[in-house]
Amino acid sequence: MSARIVLQQADISRALTRIAHEILESNRGAGDLVLLGIPTRGVYLAARLAALLEEFSGQEVPVGSLDITMYRDDLGRIPTRSPRPTSIPAGGIDGKTVILADDVLYSGRTIRAALDALGDIGRPRAVRLATLVDRGHRELPIRPDFVGKNLPSSKSERINVELVEIDGEDRVTIGETL
Amino acid sequence: MRHLLDTRTLSRADALNILDVAEDMADTQLREVKKLPTLRGKTVVNLFFEDSTRTRISFEAAAKRLSADVINFSAKGSSVSKGESLKDTAQTLAAIGADAVVIRHGASGAPHTLAASGWIDAGILNAGDGTHEHPTQALLDAFTMRRRIHGAGASRGRDLDGVHVVIVGDILHSRVARSNVWLLASLGAQVTLVAPPTLLPVGIEGWPATVSYDLDVVLAENPDVVMMLRIQGERMHDAFFPNSREYSRRWGLDDERLARLTGDSIVMHPGPMNRGLEISSGAADSPRSTVLEQVSSGVSVRMAALYLLLSGEREDQR
Repeated sequence: MSARIVLQQADISRALTRIAHEILESNRGAGDLVLLGIPTRGVYLAARLAALLEEFSGQEVPVGSLDITMYRDDLGRIPTRSPRPTSIPAGGIDGKTVILADDVLYSGRTIRAALDALGDIGRPRAVRLATLVDRGHRELPIRPDFVGKNLPSSKSERINVELVEIDGEDRVTIGETL
Repeated sequence: MRHLLDTRTLSRADALNILDVAEDMADTQLREVKKLPTLRGKTVVNLFFEDSTRTRISFEAAAKRLSADVINFSAKGSSVSKGESLKDTAQTLAAIGADAVVIRHGASGAPHTLAASGWIDAGILNAGDGTHEHPTQALLDAFTMRRRIHGAGASRGRDLDGVHVVIVGDILHSRVARSNVWLLASLGAQVTLVAPPTLLPVGIEGWPATVSYDLDVVLAENPDVVMMLRIQGERMHDAFFPNSREYSRRWGLDDERLARLTGDSIVMHPGPMNRGLEISSGAADSPRSTVLEQVSSGVSVRMAALYLLLSGEREDQR
């Protein structure tokens, strides 16, 4: 399998910087923001975005993680998955603007599950979606608000996001599946 | 996992996985909306041939929190009292479309029979069979110990290596004791069983535990966990000990013995308690007691077991 690098470390950090500015612009500052990453890699993206938001706005932004395993619609079709921890910042999400962070947006089913999970935790004022890569092929009426890179892809291709926190380096590759 | 029948053959990795998933389930139980949509459309049958309140409602609460449909079946007042066999009952449940059967039965091995028979395709959870095993009770006990010893936030992935657990009482009839001995051994704990010689089973030498007849000697070793077992009045048909006063004096956890516990030692009891017999009210209500924590742990652990049994593509159906 030959994998082609589509985003290098510098591209990823530029994309996240831009997304952070876009979030501040659309939200008019960092007030009432809560960042929630979707495990596994969304959690690290959320943490990086939170750090950038704090750097640009001077205001601390609560960050947490939101596991969606228990809300998936394909639990009976895939091998059993172990849930990951969900951590909601102390202030909760009621009345806040929640930014969901994920690495790749594909069918939209993960985000559908995340919206259900959020509904059981509280009632945010608004929910926005930030994703590092949007590869298309949506199966649900869901669209991202903040995108690092649009990557039109074929369904037979595989997009692999690697982050330095778990994979040792930052890069996004695209390759054919076996 | 296909079934949960005992802790003796449960691998250490599977046991830790259940305990870790139970941590996630426990987190969801702190939320405003406690219900998860995970097992929507699945049917769980509680098949209880023996009386039970807390285990049955705990399984019922666990299944309902995961959005499964629950059917309660108790032998009393059912076709079983008209003489229906386990096979016919199982096949009836299969025809109804049960995805999991939680079974409590007076005969040791009944859940194994159900799982191995081919009468029913559902996942089988043993909720206590005769004097054999009660795996979810042992798992909830281990979960409770792990949370008290490592702290609720820091328990994931941890075992009970080096933890000294004393189990006191009717070991002979206790499936809770058996399940705990096997599970605690695979989690690395050191187990001491304390009982009058008449309440110890034949063949106990082969268990991964040490045996003592003297509670005071064992308590002097400063155990981390003291687990008191219920004196099961319904099984006390022979003269296992002269009278309950004598039992209480030699093997009961009274206020005076409670006062001798030091450090962070905890007192456990699977319930229902005979206050004044195996445990005093002072011990049952002390800050060392985890009796109510065990009940809430029970719901989390059973949610984890139901999730692991009922979600996921089945290997034999691939």
